Amino acid sequence: MTDPLVIFDLLLAASVVALAVAVLGVRDLFAAIVLFVIFGLLSALSWVRLSAPDVALAEAAIGTGVTGALLLKTLHHLRFVSGTLDQQAALSVTPLLPVPGAVIWANAAFCGLITLGLAAAFLGAPQAGPGFDPLVADAMPQSGVEHPVTGVLLNFRAYDTLMEVVVLLAAVIAVWQIERGMSDAPAPVMGEVWQGFARLALPAIVVVGTYLLWVGAEAPGGAFQGGAVLAAVGLLLLLTRAYVPRPAHRGIARGAFVLGTGAFAAVALLVAGGGRVAFEYPPEHAKSLILLIEGLVTISIAITLAALFHGREPVALSTQGGRNDT
Amino acid sequence: MLELVAASLIGLGAVFFIAGTVGLLRFPDIFCRLHALTKADGLGLALVALGVALLSGSMGDAFRIGLIWFFVAVASATCSHLIARYARASGEAVSDD
Repeated sequence: MTDPLVIFDLLLAASVVALAVAVLGVRDLFAAIVLFVIFGLLSALSWVRLSAPDVALAEAAIGTGVTGALLLKTLHHLRFVSGTLDQQAALSVTPLLPVPGAVIWANAAFCGLITLGLAAAFLGAPQAGPGFDPLVADAMPQSGVEHPVTGVLLNFRAYDTLMEVVVLLAAVIAVWQIERGMSDAPAPVMGEVWQGFARLALPAIVVVGTYLLWVGAEAPGGAFQGGAVLAAVGLLLLLTRAYVPRPAHRGIARGAFVLGTGAFAAVALLVAGGGRVAFEYPPEHAKSLILLIEGLVTISIAITLAALFHGREPVALSTQGGRNDT
Repeated sequence: MLELVAASLIGLGAVFFIAGTVGLLRFPDIFCRLHALTKADGLGLALVALGVALLSGSMGDAFRIGLIWFFVAVASATCSHLIARYARASGEAVSDD
């Protein structure tokens, strides 16, 4: 008798592939975004089934939640630019010019190369081996934390994690440069029920985000997951217009963007010397150093993701009729 | 005994989810669909959460499941309200039949 969960797993795998096809195939951009969010949620469920709760949390919080919000914001902006903001008929924004065939084929070639590379890496990997589990388990006492994933991310392979934080920093710098001088689509008026929901959800999100950061030392969680959840606070504040970005806040925002990367790199360099290399934390201080890095990186990630959602850097006009929540 | 009660609660919840989905697929316009979906799924979720909380066996887990139920219920009600609000503002037609 087969395990009933096998049937569930097969259904799940089929749904993920079918949703991926649907996202690429559907013409309506809004429908594509909704399908993408469902695709992300089912991917998170797949990671849970693969016993990888850390990846599942990251997929749900960043890959689905924040990315979905960014895509919806982009669609709102596209509709505003193309002048179809208030037209129900113009749900999908069709490109003015057809995409040249060369671009399509170049994209297809790149995607094919990446797929081939992934397949080669997968087939070339050792099939049945212990992997790195015993090595990580042996080194855990020196890592300063109890959760192996956090130990790998912030101690053994901290360099990779630093690069991930740098990628976020580069993204927000690029957005602020590219969107300089672009007109801003007016924020949608969401109504009183939404305002009440935001008041209720905000404190809960703060607690959950901080908890995810703190619990990362001994259980699934950590800076990226906590930061993404805390970024939702920024999204709520922006959407309820409880916080309106002003030009005077640019300095603080820039400081917050580089805070995580700066602190991470500074700790890495400061522990070097005296026979140690960068990222080789002294074992007696490892826990506090990791917590310091994670805390500052979380703040940085949360503010960077919220700034990415807001889009361009704040400029001095913001006389958009003020609040008219009817 | 406890497992039997929990299983029947979860099963009943699944029935409500199926009813809500049938309503979503069969009802003529967006307001009817929202009506079917929000009511049926809200009750279905409550029943499933109650069943799972009975199975969890510890007060802490049951409390967390209760919190999840509360926030999902509030968020889905708010979402449905926003969808209906947008549909009404953009002149979505109400079907006659």
